[in-house]
Amino acid sequence: MSEFLTHFNYIAVVIIMMTGLFIVFSSGNLIKRMIGLALFQSSAALFYISLAKVTGGTAPITLEAASEAGRALAAEQVPGYVAQHGIDGVVYSNPLPHVLILTAIVVGVATLAVGLAIAVRVREAYGTVEADEINAVSRIDAAGLQAEHAP
Amino acid sequence: MTPFDALYAAPAALTAHAPVIVIAAPLVGACAAALSPGARSSWVISVLTTAFSLWMAIALAGEVAREGVIDYALGGFPSPMGIALKVDAIAVTMALLISAMGLMGAIYSGHALLSEVRAEKHTLFQAGYLLCVSGYLGLVLTGDAFNAFVFLEISSIGTYALVAAGERRDRRALPAAFNYLIMGTVGATLYVIGVGFLYGATGTLNMADMGVRLVTLGDNPAVQAGFAFIVAGLGAKAAMFPLHGWLPGAYAGAPTLVSVFLAATATKAAIYLLMRFTFDVFPLDADFGRLFLHGILAPLAAAAAIVCSVQAIFAREVRRMLAFSSIAQVGFILLGFSLATQAGVSAGVFYMVAHALMKAAAFMALGAFAISLKARLLSDFAGIGREAPWSTVAFAVAAASLAGVPLTMGFLGKWSLIEAALQARQAWMVVVFAIGSLLTLVYVGRIVETMFFRAPTPGAPRAKEAPVGVLAPLWVLAGLSVWFGVDATLPASLADAGAAALLGAAP
Repeated sequence: MSEFLTHFNYIAVVIIMMTGLFIVFSSGNLIKRMIGLALFQSSAALFYISLAKVTGGTAPITLEAASEAGRALAAEQVPGYVAQHGIDGVVYSNPLPHVLILTAIVVGVATLAVGLAIAVRVREAYGTVEADEINAVSRIDAAGLQAEHAP
Repeated sequence: MTPFDALYAAPAALTAHAPVIVIAAPLVGACAAALSPGARSSWVISVLTTAFSLWMAIALAGEVAREGVIDYALGGFPSPMGIALKVDAIAVTMALLISAMGLMGAIYSGHALLSEVRAEKHTLFQAGYLLCVSGYLGLVLTGDAFNAFVFLEISSIGTYALVAAGERRDRRALPAAFNYLIMGTVGATLYVIGVGFLYGATGTLNMADMGVRLVTLGDNPAVQAGFAFIVAGLGAKAAMFPLHGWLPGAYAGAPTLVSVFLAATATKAAIYLLMRFTFDVFPLDADFGRLFLHGILAPLAAAAAIVCSVQAIFAREVRRMLAFSSIAQVGFILLGFSLATQAGVSAGVFYMVAHALMKAAAFMALGAFAISLKARLLSDFAGIGREAPWSTVAFAVAAASLAGVPLTMGFLGKWSLIEAALQARQAWMVVVFAIGSLLTLVYVGRIVETMFFRAPTPGAPRAKEAPVGVLAPLWVLAGLSVWFGVDATLPASLADAGAAALLGAAP
């Protein structure tokens, strides 16, 4: 049970990841596949944010050593830490994964935009966004090619 | 030692910042091209910036030959804290290949695009193309695992749009681009998750630093899971055998310029990154590394070399044939790498360069025909050798190199792969190489035979010879395939130095 609670985030990551991947590969609708893809990407975001969490860590903003508010905040976040290490011993959460995943989210949004734009063009060219119907039309295209060029 | 030892191609002030200029030149060019007033001006920008990038890459090659490894700290934050560009012998070889192919493609696009992409879209198309070039250059030069992801996605997003631009010629390009986007994004996300595992275990993103810290962590399950994620992710990008489904449609549907550039660089850059992780970041002597190379990579690569060659034989459209052939050739390259010996990796790098030259030339020739003739099926090309002799002969040269005819670069590449396999006592690989080459000869032979010796269908539209602007880059690439097949000093020395850098041996 404690295993479940301490690893709750990671279990959620796996569930979201698999749900997203399942939608991507099982759905025939291009829009639904993009939604699955976005879900899949957000699991990576949750994974990075979970990595960054440090037990008792506070926001990674340097606390002013002399400031009373800073001292109070540090004492509140990590009981006993200030007494032991002084104000410089404040525990911060790791800011780097947050920055990384911010970049990855921007990349993900760009991909989503391009993907939806292509889906719009597919709809204009084929009149549908269902993969089965697109494949059927493509097969007719290929067969037409064959007939048109037959000697 | 490479022939670049005594090469001072650019002033010292420029060379000092060459690693970042190589990447930045096409990136700035992409913005300029998007804003430029017309098709002509965007083409000029495209040619100029890729030429500048190639010049800087050559200067960089001289610097690397003298200095060994260049560690360029972006923004002045020293590595491993900041993002670093790490330029060693293998990175600079890849940068030379990509920027040279970028320039050839840019020159070629002047005429070839006209028949395939609407004129008002040319500025945006060139912008996407330059983004792609920039992304792949950044991918091979960076020394930071997460930075590599960003460059991977810059190039990939550009590529999706470029592939979709082929819809004017063939609307099947659209679903192909969509599938490519799905596979590419799933691959990239798997890669990010893998990097997250490694970061969690080591606390660093700098690849060299990661490699140092992983030495004591080789059997950590989190590290192994991270490696598995990275292999799966990059495998999708590199069209490694079971993950190659996106490639035939994308190559067949894309405008010719995009097929040329993708065939020459896209999968190669992903393979490079995979190999950088396998050899440089992960301690190779771990059982896990051996299991991956001999138990997974080699069998899959061998399967690709055989199965996709057979699929190429049965493909009806010529572009699809060449696309399936690309997957098979990726198998050849990966077989060389899976040996993990100096000879094997060197042969892999050499064959990678050879394949880039010949496949790009082959696609360029198809594009040269496409200017005057709407030909897709093999039978459409009957008798084209008489109507467009220059393009057809160039295609035949590239095809000969693909099949491994002596006096071509493809022959030398296959020869050194076989030698390396024998040296490593992997006789079964020699059999795979032999069967793969024979199958290649079958489909390549069919195309060349149709082009030269079949009588054209009566009443079918006739082809015309392509303009000089298309023939020039085509013949440069075809000529290089022959030149390097006779005198392979340059690519062989680059491949040797690159393999030494990858395997961590003294160069």
